[in-house]
Formats: sequence, structure tokens, C-alpha cells
Amino acid sequence: MYWCFASKETILCFFTLILIDVSHPDWSKINKHIFILSEAGKPIYSRYGNEEKLVTIMGVMQALVSFVQDSDDTLQSLVAGNRKYVFLVKGPLILVAVSSLEDSVPQLQLQLTYVYHQILSVLTGAQLEKIFEQLRNYDLRKLLGGTEKFLHNLLDMMDRDPSFFLESVQCLPIPVHYRDSIASSLQHAKTKSLVFAILITENQLITLVRPKKYNLHPADLHLIINLVNASTSFQSCESWLPICLPKFNDSGYLHAHISYLSEECPACLVLLSTDKDAFYELAESREKIIKRLTVKSNCIPVISEAITTNKYGLDYIIGSEIWHFLYKSKTYGQFVSPKCRPPYNTVEEQTRLQELYKYLHHRMHASAKPLKLVYRLRSQEALLGWISETFELYAVFNPLVSKTVAIGNVKRLMAIIKQEEDKLFIVNARTF
Amino acid sequence: MAVREIKLCLLGDAGVGKSSLVLRFVCDTFNACSESTIGASFMSKTIEVNEQSYKYQIWDTAGQEKYRGLAPMYYRGAAAAIVVFDITREESFHTLKDWVKELQQLGPPNLVMAIAGNKSDLDEMREVSSHDARTFADSVDALFAETSALTAKNVLELFVEIS
Repeated sequence: MYWCFASKETILCFFTLILIDVSHPDWSKINKHIFILSEAGKPIYSRYGNEEKLVTIMGVMQALVSFVQDSDDTLQSLVAGNRKYVFLVKGPLILVAVSSLEDSVPQLQLQLTYVYHQILSVLTGAQLEKIFEQLRNYDLRKLLGGTEKFLHNLLDMMDRDPSFFLESVQCLPIPVHYRDSIASSLQHAKTKSLVFAILITENQLITLVRPKKYNLHPADLHLIINLVNASTSFQSCESWLPICLPKFNDSGYLHAHISYLSEECPACLVLLSTDKDAFYELAESREKIIKRLTVKSNCIPVISEAITTNKYGLDYIIGSEIWHFLYKSKTYGQFVSPKCRPPYNTVEEQTRLQELYKYLHHRMHASAKPLKLVYRLRSQEALLGWISETFELYAVFNPLVSKTVAIGNVKRLMAIIKQEEDKLFIVNARTF
Repeated sequence: MAVREIKLCLLGDAGVGKSSLVLRFVCDTFNACSESTIGASFMSKTIEVNEQSYKYQIWDTAGQEKYRGLAPMYYRGAAAAIVVFDITREESFHTLKDWVKELQQLGPPNLVMAIAGNKSDLDEMREVSSHDARTFADSVDALFAETSALTAKNVLELFVEIS
């Protein structure tokens, strides 16, 4: 429930604003800030600036949260001026997002949940609880040292990449018979302790093999993708590290063997095991997989080509009428979108495009009044959102096209996606 | 000719240059903005010394505190361990002493230990004297070298000496 106590809220919020403005002269240029603090108000992380210098603001945030907690309620969000303040209390942590972007409150809450999961992936929920049970005043930065880059990268990705608010993953488009033989190679390398075998490239999934009993939640997969994306230290060696996947099991670690297929191929193989001593076993699995991919099916050049040229994607659909789109298949829990072309070829424009999608997504999913179909004409583009039983479509058009032409385009797009479905999505789920 | 395998692990405080030493040895390069290692990484390299081939299997571990509990897994099966400190940071020399103690107590009995004082190119910022480091290395029966992953000084020599 939303906390509503206008006068005090306004006063406290006013304080927060003043404090933030004073401590950060560039604050006006920042459109989304994220803070993490402990329940005792100790700074843990700040997206911008030095968290050490933000002790006072974090103190105010902690006071706001505990003030509301005292009346057995939960502070979820505040709005002050053009900024939203969203709070998430998870276990012993308080996470705060301050945003002047289009993100809705539920979208910001989801982002904070991802941030929380990122911390769990390093520490596990069990360890986090234990640390603060023993010492309420603990400085968590000691244990998170070296992993700040994963938080930074995650936050940047969430501003650019629709996977997060769509809660699904994007696949690398490749012909189905190649994908099948890649998956078979992974299946053949099964060992006793191997749970998931995943092949990814940048932010796209190539294939995934899992046990019959377990699914890999997209939120967990995003953590793995973020891990691989945020670090260059996995290149040219085999890495072995513990990782907690909170949706799979938030109280324990899995152990990840991470390596690239070859110097030339930017596809990263992640093998997850339940056994912390299984490195050599998985290194052997990796050898087998690479051998099979090279000798038996010659898939590695196909993967490289699909990554560099985007040969099998839907880029050709983009033209003078339809400028960009996101299509999420609810059946497969995956989405597809073309590469950004002009006018969306700069970082600023790409961020603005994401803002449009977030706005559209929120309009359609607003809990008070969910919508099936939305058409909006904005000064720079026309927006269309369409949700059915099996898909969600978000598209942007040239603002000068008529509704009829836009709908004609959408029909054509849907027909092509249907026709190329097995290339765009992982349609055959593989298990060990 | 038979290839001799040497299982080796690197230990030491965060930021002392363990990964940079490995990178210098394996690829003979240096990356000024290298990132901190997550977990541990595994690399191998074969070299020839006096007509004998040695295959080094190297575990490069992360120095951060939270990964400390994982270290036994890497040194337990190792034939040699290189414990690294940064000559410009005295604190890293204290951490090194803890590592040496741990290896003496829990490491395998025949483990060859080497101590590397890295960043020897930054002599003007030195906080740990060569003499102190060498005396300590002698007292624990470890090999000792002052290395620089940046200039490559003593890096190959150190790895060869272990063989």
C-alpha cells in the first residue's frame, strides 16, 4: 500500500532533496540514481559519487524507511517534483532508486529487485542474513569489494536493454538445425554434478540445457549475462567461481566454469555445477563440447557469423514506416528485436527509445487499468502496443504514417515472425 | 621427451599483481587497466628448460577477502605456490605472512613455496625493503624474487626456478 501522510512526507522529502543537491553539484544532470544501505543506515553502494560522502543522505533515507515501519507500514514510493523515490526493503538491506525518467514505480521496484539479486549472487541470502544478525553495523563493502563493476554494469544495462522490464531473454537468431546440434553438443557433455549448460553472447542466449526438474528463471539468467558482460577477466582463460542464483536457490552457491569458445568466437560457455571441486570435470566437458562443435558440426564459424553480421535477424523489416519494435513470445518467454538504426543510433536516442518502451509497457501493465491495445502519437514517433494471450508487441513508427499503414506493417511483421519462429527463438527446450 | 606437469597456484592480497604476473608469463603482455579477478582463473603454458619440457598449470586466485575460503581447493593439489605481495604496500606483506602460515599448516607437505615482491619498477614508492622480504623468505624456506609484471623483470626466472 502507498504511504500517504502528505505534510510530513513533503517535509522529509524536501530535506532529502536539499541534502542531495548540496552534496552533489551535478545532481541535476543525473536522471537515475541508486543507493544501497544497511538497515542501520550504513552506506553500501551509490551509483554516482562516493558513497562515503553520502552518509547523511543515506541516514535520511534510513530514517524515512524506519519512520514508516514504526507504524507497521511499508514505504514504497514518494514523488517530489519530477522525481520518483522508490524504496525496497529486502532482508537487512534498504535499496533506493531516485529517477526522473519514464520508469514507473513497479519498473523501478523491479530494477531494485535485480540489484538486490546481484548482491545475493555474490553473497547468498543466507550469508547476508547471518552477517547482519551477528553485527548489525557491519560494513558490507568489505565483502562486496571488487564486485562494484557488476552493479554498475547491471544498472547501465537496465537503462538500455529491454530484457529486464520484459522479464525475458533475447536469443541469437540462427537456423534451427544449427541450434539443435549446438544443444546436442552441450547435452553430450553431461557430468554428474552439471546442472545448467549455457551458451551466451553479449546479451543474447544461444542455447541452454537444463535438468528436467528445474527451470532457469530469466532473472537468474540476467545475472549470468551481466556477470559475463561486465568483466574482461574471463577472456583467454578458464574461470571458476561461486555464484548464487536467487530464483534457483538463494541460500547456496552454484559453481560456474566460464570460458570463451575460442579467441575468435565471442560466445561464452557457462557450465554450472553443484560441486565446488568439479572444475577439472567441467574443464573436460568443455573440451568435449568444443571438439564436437568443431569436428562434428562446424558450428563455431556459424555462431561467429551470426554474432558479427546478425545474418538471421529481422533488421530488414526496419524501414521508412516501422522504425523499431520489441516482440515478446509469451509461449517461449523470449523476445526479439532488431538492431537499432538511425534515428536510434546514438546512446541518447537509444535511451530515449527505451523510455518510450517503458512508458508503453507501463501503460499496458498498470495494475489499475491494464490495456490490450495502445496507439499514441508523439511529436517524434507513433507508438503501438498490443498484448494478446501469446505475445506482447511494442513498436515505434514514423509519426507521419496513418494508423492503417501502421497496422498493415504490424500484420506483415507478425507473419514474418511466425514464419521464422524457429530461427528467432529457442523452440525446443533441451534437458539433460 | 616426457613433459613434466607443474601444478601451481598464486596467492596474495587483492591488487598486488597476481594476474599480471601470470599474464606476463603466459602471454608476455601487460595490461595497465586489468580488472580484479573473480573467483579464480586457470591457465596453462608449456616451456622448455635445459631440453626438458614443463607444462605449467596455473591457478590464479582472487585476492578479495570473500574468496579466501576457497583457496584450499587450489593449493591442496598444487606442487608449488607463489605468494605475492606489493613492495609499495606494507599491508600486503602482512597478508603474505598469513598466507605463508596457512600454507605451512594446511598446504601439502612437499609444496614448493616462492615469494614474489611485485611492482619492483616502483622502487621510489617502496614500503617493504628487499632485505626484510628476503630474510622472511629464508626463514620459511621459500624462494624469493622481486618481480615486475610491467617490465617483465624476473618473471620468467621466477617460474623457471620453481621447476
